[in-house]
Amino acid sequence: MLSSTLILGLVLGGSYALVAVGMTLQYGIARIMNLAYGEFIILAAFATYLLFGSLGISPIVALLIIPVIAFGLGVALFQVMMRPLVTRAGGSGRLEVDSILATFGLLFVLQGVMLLAFGGNYTSYGFLDQGVNVLGTTLAANRLLAFALSIGLAGGLFALLQFSRWGLALRAVALAPGSAALVGLNMRRIAALGFGLGTALAAAGGVTVSMFQTFSAHDGVLFTMKALVIVIMGGVGNVLGALVSGLLLGLMETAVARWVDPGLTLAATYILFLAVLLWRPEGLFGKAAGR
Amino acid sequence: MRQLLPFYALLGLAGLAPLWLGDYGAGLLLGMTSAAILATAWAMFSGPTRYVSLATVAFYGIGAYVVAALAESQPWPVVLLAAAGCGGLVALVVGLSTLRLAGIYFVIFSFGLAELIRQLLTWYEVNVTGTLGRYIFTEFQPRDLLWQLLVLLAVTLTLSVWIHRSRLGLALRVIGDDETVAAHAGINLARSKLTLFVISSVLISLTGAIQSPRWVYIEPSIVFNPTVSFTAVIMALLGGANRIWGPILGAVPLYLAFEFLSAHFPDHFSILLGLLFILVVFALPNGVLAALERLRLRKGAGV
Repeated sequence: MLSSTLILGLVLGGSYALVAVGMTLQYGIARIMNLAYGEFIILAAFATYLLFGSLGISPIVALLIIPVIAFGLGVALFQVMMRPLVTRAGGSGRLEVDSILATFGLLFVLQGVMLLAFGGNYTSYGFLDQGVNVLGTTLAANRLLAFALSIGLAGGLFALLQFSRWGLALRAVALAPGSAALVGLNMRRIAALGFGLGTALAAAGGVTVSMFQTFSAHDGVLFTMKALVIVIMGGVGNVLGALVSGLLLGLMETAVARWVDPGLTLAATYILFLAVLLWRPEGLFGKAAGR
Repeated sequence: MRQLLPFYALLGLAGLAPLWLGDYGAGLLLGMTSAAILATAWAMFSGPTRYVSLATVAFYGIGAYVVAALAESQPWPVVLLAAAGCGGLVALVVGLSTLRLAGIYFVIFSFGLAELIRQLLTWYEVNVTGTLGRYIFTEFQPRDLLWQLLVLLAVTLTLSVWIHRSRLGLALRVIGDDETVAAHAGINLARSKLTLFVISSVLISLTGAIQSPRWVYIEPSIVFNPTVSFTAVIMALLGGANRIWGPILGAVPLYLAFEFLSAHFPDHFSILLGLLFILVVFALPNGVLAALERLRLRKGAGV
């Protein structure tokens, strides 16, 4: 009982972690608080469903295709929609308010498009759903695969950010946007890159989630909310923090669903969020970020 | 306050309207009045502080649910008081935990608040009361509700004017401009923000409470419809969230437009709404009133 909750929780947490890392990149590097983030996750889930259902393309292959398209989409979205806002704000706190409002509008547009295209019902597809025995718990193979892929992707990204020159540039912008330009970093390019990368991760998260979970056009908001909570818990812009917090949230949700009530998972998320806000608003692992 | 006198007269006239408009007209006027209150109440807090609240429908729904729970057993004034109290209490808890921090925490919390309350209520109704929906039976005609809402709108606007001129209003504008300066000027940041957030939330809860008998049957998913939060924000932004008359000016045409769109394009409604929202954020960042003023100034300077 305990071990199965632990394993299921970690699996769920793996997807949350992947998704939250993407959001922390968008907010940390591009300075865009993206309330439409979850819509990209669901969009990718539907895309996987279509590719698998109508063209027979395996979700594993989809994981190679969809995030690349999403990256392009993210960069384009940043250039067309966010760039004017960044220019208008001119480095003031105004960007935060404007980006929240603009992406709030985008949320409704994307959700409306998906409702129109796919309807409001729950969707899923059968992929690798035979059981696998993990430490005495029978687990669907798709869950296990999704977990391995999520952790692999998120871990790989962390390594890239930590050890490559390119990652160093991204981290520099996240840490001190004012000074990064002084050492010759092209802020405009890096911001677009960060936003695109975040969108790609959202899409990757959407593909892996769709492997083992049902989803509907209404679910984007829930994902956005959870990603936001995880980002705050981990400390804004902190990739490792987001990873660990994502796993924690997955564990907690599974535990609450198992022992308390499945209808109260969001309440549990919020209680955790409140506790973090009251106790350590800079995040569990963050040095004073925020503001 | 004298500038409000023509407005009170207008509201009085609107109160007479049901006599020749019939029930459909009264219903339309009722929805418009409610939209105007929501937009004004939203702008009261979010306009000067620039703390975007996405939780309008959370308080609106709380008001409606209090009515559903108490309307049968308690007299109407007690029901309204309870609705105001519940809304204020939730606002106090939310504000105490988030308004001491940077604005972003407040936005995130407000983003999920309606969904959280909806989930908690659904859980409570299913597990404790055993039914999901509730009926609201009152003896009010649409015009009775309209009158109540008109009074609430008058109160909201009077409060808005009064706060705008008071020390509290000035403090909030300073906070919106620069929190560090505000703190150094001796303004109690948390208390000022909290006071206004609670006032605004109480007004929104009352709107939900007064409008709820129109539904007759309510469920968590009906009264916690996120579109309400969305429309309140866009109405206030279109008119200008920093102006006293801005939100009302945005609410009246947009309410009619939404009414038309949702009747004729129900499937495309949310897409159109979202596009309109993005357009307002890009083209009229400070609202129509500010844009008109700038146009006039430019003309004046050109001549």
